[in-house]
This record gives sequence, structure tokens and C-alpha cells, in this order.
Amino acid sequence: MKQFAALYDAIDASTATSSKVAALVTFFRKAPPADAAWAVAFLTGRRPKRLVKAPDLRAWAGDAAGVPPWLFEECYAQAGDLAETMSLLVPEGDARESEGLSWWVEHRLLPLATRDAEAQKADLLDAWSTLGGSARFVFNKLLTGAFRVGVSDGLVVRALAEVSGVNAETIAHRLMGQWEPSATWYTQLVGTETTDADWSRPYPFFLAYPLEAELSSLGEVHEWQIEWKWDGIRCQLVRRRGRTFLWSRGEELLASRFPEVESCAEWLPDGTVLDGELLAWRDGRPLPFSELQRRINRKTVGKTLLADVPCALLVYDCLEQGGIDVRAHSMTDRRAMAASCVRSLPSGASIALSPVLDPPTWEAASAARADARGAMAEGLMLKRRVSPYGVGRRGGDWYKWKVTPLTVDAVLVYAQTGHGRRAGLYTDYTFAIWDGDTLVPFAKAYSGLTDAEIRQVDRFVRANTVEKFGPVRTVKPELVFELAFEGIQRSTRHKSGIAVRFPRIARWRQDKPAREADSLETVRALLHD
Amino acid sequence: MLRTTDRGLYCEAGDFFIDPWAAVPRAVVTHAHGDHLTWGCDGYLVSHDGAGVTRERLGRWGSGVDAVVYGETRVVNGVSVSLHPAGHILGSAQVRLEYRGEVWVVSGDYKTDPDRTCAPWEPVRCHTFITESTFGLPIYRWPSQRQVFDELNGWWAANAAEGRVSLLCAYALGKAQRLLSGLDPAIGPILTHGAVERMTALYRHGGVALPSTVHTTDALRAKATTGAIVIAPPSVTGSTWLRRFGEVRTAFASGWMRVRGARRRRGVDAGFTLSDHVDWPQLLTAIDATGAERVWVTHGFTGPVVQWLTARGLDARAIATRWEGERDDAAVDAGDDDAPAVADASAAHESAP
Repeated sequence: MKQFAALYDAIDASTATSSKVAALVTFFRKAPPADAAWAVAFLTGRRPKRLVKAPDLRAWAGDAAGVPPWLFEECYAQAGDLAETMSLLVPEGDARESEGLSWWVEHRLLPLATRDAEAQKADLLDAWSTLGGSARFVFNKLLTGAFRVGVSDGLVVRALAEVSGVNAETIAHRLMGQWEPSATWYTQLVGTETTDADWSRPYPFFLAYPLEAELSSLGEVHEWQIEWKWDGIRCQLVRRRGRTFLWSRGEELLASRFPEVESCAEWLPDGTVLDGELLAWRDGRPLPFSELQRRINRKTVGKTLLADVPCALLVYDCLEQGGIDVRAHSMTDRRAMAASCVRSLPSGASIALSPVLDPPTWEAASAARADARGAMAEGLMLKRRVSPYGVGRRGGDWYKWKVTPLTVDAVLVYAQTGHGRRAGLYTDYTFAIWDGDTLVPFAKAYSGLTDAEIRQVDRFVRANTVEKFGPVRTVKPELVFELAFEGIQRSTRHKSGIAVRFPRIARWRQDKPAREADSLETVRALLHD
Repeated sequence: MLRTTDRGLYCEAGDFFIDPWAAVPRAVVTHAHGDHLTWGCDGYLVSHDGAGVTRERLGRWGSGVDAVVYGETRVVNGVSVSLHPAGHILGSAQVRLEYRGEVWVVSGDYKTDPDRTCAPWEPVRCHTFITESTFGLPIYRWPSQRQVFDELNGWWAANAAEGRVSLLCAYALGKAQRLLSGLDPAIGPILTHGAVERMTALYRHGGVALPSTVHTTDALRAKATTGAIVIAPPSVTGSTWLRRFGEVRTAFASGWMRVRGARRRRGVDAGFTLSDHVDWPQLLTAIDATGAERVWVTHGFTGPVVQWLTARGLDARAIATRWEGERDDAAVDAGDDDAPAVADASAAHESAP
């Protein structure tokens, strides 16, 4: 556990990718395979779900520290992280542990899930007194299901490739899909002979950077395949050995959640992998994302919901055909393969080809982007026609070109302290707009201000608090911010009757008094209906 | 005996203020940090040990400084005033007031940890104790100084071995000298920024033994910065001045570094938990040691401290201050090393009845 904690500290302390990779390499060289397996799992975001109820954790940590619940909450608000609050409050024991990561995970952490509260408490008190320093903090992060550290999957892959001599693409592919971290699994991961036992595995997704360059720097418009950027769930549909696996970009298996798409996939030949977007889809048009949300979290779908919110997979790309990996082929070729796959499906299928727009000029492309909201799209995707299907996010070949966001000027009304590096600072804001003479809460936004602006707003909040409700402060409605967002919908769940998608702060309107912020009426006018 | 006013704590019987934040005729000042010392008063009463740094800070108002040694009593309009070591920085004092048999003590900023650069804090028995609460939450518990200095010297040595200069950011008055007292001069040269050097000279003049230091300007001219550690106010981070040292690793030393989020937010390579304020256990022990039945809480986490003390049967309340002490980011943003932050008006809302 100490070695893994030391790795965590080394990654945490550095911003340079080279020293992060060096720390990873050092760790993997020395770690027993079972420890290395769990480390790969945690570093690539496969966290155990929260194993103990949060209120229990708070109560037991508070007991161990001699801190009453109200004071625990004050501490939590300041530290901004439950695992850290527990680590800082519970007195250190004699830190005599010497077991490795896998022992702690398999013998202490995971068994908590099936134990009763009394036994959980005893186990935790024992762990807290046995683990010291960073090891205890890391244990608590795993315990609360909030383990996160500043390495991308790409860096982990790089380090594993360096340690094993297996090329990075192969490692990345072997890390896809679902696997159980174990010594055997790790040995196969870094093994030089091919052991692609898991045939359900998707390919690593190729991702796009936002377009920031001038259009003119991209060359001729016809060098680019231009298509709608849909606002759904990016997916890979894997059809092998007579079975279908629908994977989300988060590498979650969406089994049985989208039965219409899965049953349609049965028509596809074995050895087919398609990349596309799952959308709530009716009459050749997407439904709002909020409709799709109704489907996402249902493990099984009832008949009514299936009829209310029909879904479809809009196919962008083909990654495997006839059991052969075709990712190195050009976009144009892969598009043709995708088209032939989709053409072989019966009419009215829930798998369709996402259209290519083919604008004759960049001006026409610009115009299409301006119309994207009308097409219920987020913007455009630009894909170089000669580009292969890469791994991860890489510049040059694929760009996303989103629509210009909608904006509204709103007034800061509530503030709450943030988490992580914003701990103890008021960074989580609720904004309101005018409905006659009253301000109606309209959206929450946590991002978009610079550190310096955050500190200014933090000071304003402290000096202008009107009321406190637990961690939330009501402030004098004085500061006006321009909020940007991607989409706007009617909503029965929001006080304002409106829900916006991806709200963030575009800028601080220090030039505007609160009275001149936007009204519900002007915001309603942005609705598309 | 004391009441809060728009200019700070006022003693009506003695007709003087303690650590006022606006010009007043007569001020008793606990120490020379910007949030306790203000310009423009006609007279200042400070500790003998603190007179040097106070005069330096006050510039032309320095002629109004009058000093007493710790424990010496002055009678001001019938109120007996004496100053007692607070252990915060050189010359920092608690103010003891006695009038008609009643005793009040104003702590100023203080710590009970030992510190080679100033006289140690002394408990002073009183009826009413006015305490700071900068780190008044139980998450703030200081690691042993020995451990922190070992880590700090280890960090410096590792940077030096890689051919990098170490930049240690700390408030120019107090923290900088305390850090100096714990550095191992065998590792390499110790350089000081001008603001730090001025205060360090006054410490030496006051009889505090510190390792020898070189002004950064001289070291840069002589190209003698290899393996050095530079002690400078936090305002230098990101400055062009810093580039002259080549590849630099940066650290910040403060009680706030106890919390990971604060370390990350500052964007330094390392954070060392070293504070000149009491942590939570020290705060409670100190309050206990005064024997006070009434406690006024200011500067920091007033709400939680008041609630804790009230639950333990003390008559506690929060008093509003215009300053918020050594608040994490705020203090650093201001160009001056320890310039004050803005008030927390919510202190009033958090006060117990």
C-alpha cells in the first residue's frame, strides 16, 4: 500500500508528464503483478463503488476523532473532500502496515460491501490505525469511491508499454472493455504473445479536439468529411460470434438498455464493429437529450417507455469488417464499409447511417453549423477524408466544431464551497433571472471564471451573505454573469420552467447592475418551439 | 472593559484602542503584521522586542512608538496595561488589561509551538480572553516541526542535486525568519529577497541567531545561485524576476498547506505545513490555560470555535473584525507580503447570542 501511495504522491506532486510516466514505470517495475493489476484498474478510473454508506463513514470518523457531527460538516466544507476530511481528523495510529495494494483491496476494502455495519466499523477503525500518512488517504479515497489522480489513460498505457515492450496500441486495446484485475490478467496485459481472450472488447475511441484554428488553415473543404455532431451517447457496437455488445465511451456495457438497437444488430454479420451515437430518435429527428436521459439509467425498459422514447444508433464509422481491424483504412473507405453494413439492414431499422453534409464551400459549412441547433445537433464534426481511426485524443485529423452557445445574463443568488482544489472557496454558484420583480433560480454553473475572479467572488460572497442554509449562502443579488449553454428545453422539474444544457460562466458582467440582467420572458424566447 | 467599534477594539476606561484598523490617538499593538498595525496613529505602545520591526513598518509614523518589556506594567488612565509573549513573531504580544480587579487578555496572533526566533507564548490568567481563530477547525493539527524541517531540507537538497534553485515563499516578517532558523546551511547558499532581508536584519539586530544569508541581487551579480534556496514573499511567483534563477522549484510554507486542495490551488511544487498560529489542539489548550470564563473569538473560524466553547459551558461570542487574518489566497494576492484581506461580514451572522 505504501508503494501505491508513494506513486499517488509522485503523480500528484508533478505537472510534467515525463515525471509522471517515470513514476509509473518505477512502480510497475517493482510491483507484484496482483498489485500492478489493481493499480492499473484504479489509475484508469475503474473505481470500486462506494462500499460503506457515507453517513456511516462520517459518523465513525467523527467518533474516532472526538468531533461532533456539526463540526465534522464544518471541516468537510473547508477541506472539500470526504476522504481527506477523515484522514485529517482521525488521529494517526502506529502505521505498522506492510501489506501491498492487492491485499488491502481484496482483504479489507472489497469485503466491506457484504459486512454488517458493526463489522464495517471495526474493520475501518483497524485500517485507520494501521495505515499511515498518504496510504491512509489513498485508502479513504478508494473507500469513498472518489479515487482520482492526475494521469490520463494514455500515460498509464505509455508506462505499461515501456515496462513490457508491448506496443502502446496493443496495451490500449487490451485495456478496453470489462476485465477483473488479477495477477493473471496483468501478466496477460503486459505479455508479448497475443492472448485476446476477451472477444467482446471494443476498440479505444478516437476523439476530436475543438476547432480553434482558422478554417482557411484546414485546406480545401472537400478534403474533409463533414457531419452533424449529435448530442447523445457515443457508442461502439460490437458484433462477434453471434453476440452483440453495445459499449459507451465510458466503456460501460449498455446490455439490454437499448433492446431495439441490439435486436437490429442481429442482422449484422459477425466480425463487425461500428462507431456511432445513440440518440432518442423519432421520425428521422433526434428528441431532446432529456428524453434520452429517461432511458439511460433504466437497466430494463418497459413497453411504454420504449414507445415514448424510441432510440436509434446513428453510425459514423466502421472499425472492423469481416473480423478484420480496418482502423488504418482512410475515413472515406471506412465510411463506405459503414454504409454497406447499414444498407444490409431491413428498412425502418434502429441502426442508421449518420448523414454526411458535403457542403461545397467553407461558407456553406459555416452556414450548416449555424443551423445545427435547428437540426437538434451540437454542431459539426470535421474529419479528414484520408485519416485513419486513431487512439485517444489527437490533433490534426478530427475536429469538433460546436455551435456558438446561447447566452443569458443572470444574477448570482446562492453560493456554496467547492471541492478539490477549490476547497474552502465559494465556487459553486446558482444564478437567477428576473420574473417581474422577483429573481427565479435558473441555472447552476461552476466553471468559467479565472482563479483571480473566483477569489474576488469568494470575497464578495463572504462580505455579502444574507442567510446561511447549511453550506449554502444566500448573497445580495448584485453580481451579474453572462452564462453560456448549449441547449434549452422546457422543464417541469425546474422552478423557472426551463432547463439548459452544459451551463457555464462566459464572463463576469461587471458593467451591468443586477436590474439589467435578463428576464424569464427573454429567455423563453430562446426556446425552439 | 473592551468593546468593538468601527475602528477596532476600544478600552473606554483607558481611552485607547488595541490593534485599530484606522488612525486613532492611542493604539496598543500586538505585533507588526499589516492586519494588526495601521498607519497614522499619534502613539503606539508595543513590546520592546517588537519595536524595531514596528518602526520599520510604520515609516514616518515610527516616531510615535513607545516600548515596554514583557511583563512591565503601564497605567493608562487607571487601567493597568502589560504585554506578554504571544510566540507568533519577534516581539508579538498579548495585551493584558486590569481595571478594578477585572482582567482581560487580547491574544493577537499566537502559537504555543516553540520557535527559536521569538519569546515563547505564556498563559496569562484572565476573566475574559479574546482569541484569534485563524485555524480554528480540528482538521488543522500541525505535524512536528522537526518533521517539517526535515522534509523541507530534504526537498531543497533534492532540488540542489538536480541543479535547480529552490524558491520558498513565505511572509517576509516572521515566517521567513522562522524558516531560516530551521534550514541546514550545509546544503547550499541561502538567498533572501529584499523585503525578507530587511526584516531579517532587524531580527539579527534584536539578538536572534540566524544562518548567514545573501541578498539575491548580490548572488545574481556574482552568478552564485547554484543549489541555492531563495526565501521571498509569495508575490514573486510568476514574476520575470524569478526567471533570472533558471530552473526553479517552488514551495509555500503555511498552515493552509495542511489541506490538499489549498496546496493544489496554489500551484506550487511542494507545500509545507508550518504556521505561526495555534492549531486546533493548541487553541483549546491555550484557552483552558487562561482560566477565562468568557471568550471572544475573532479572525478566522469564529462560528465553529464559538459553538465548541459554548457547548463546553464557556460564555463565548464572535466579534467581527475588518480583517480576516492570514486568509489563504487573499493575503498573497495583495502585493505586500502580509497585507490584509477583506473582512468577513458573515462573522456577525455566525455569532452566538
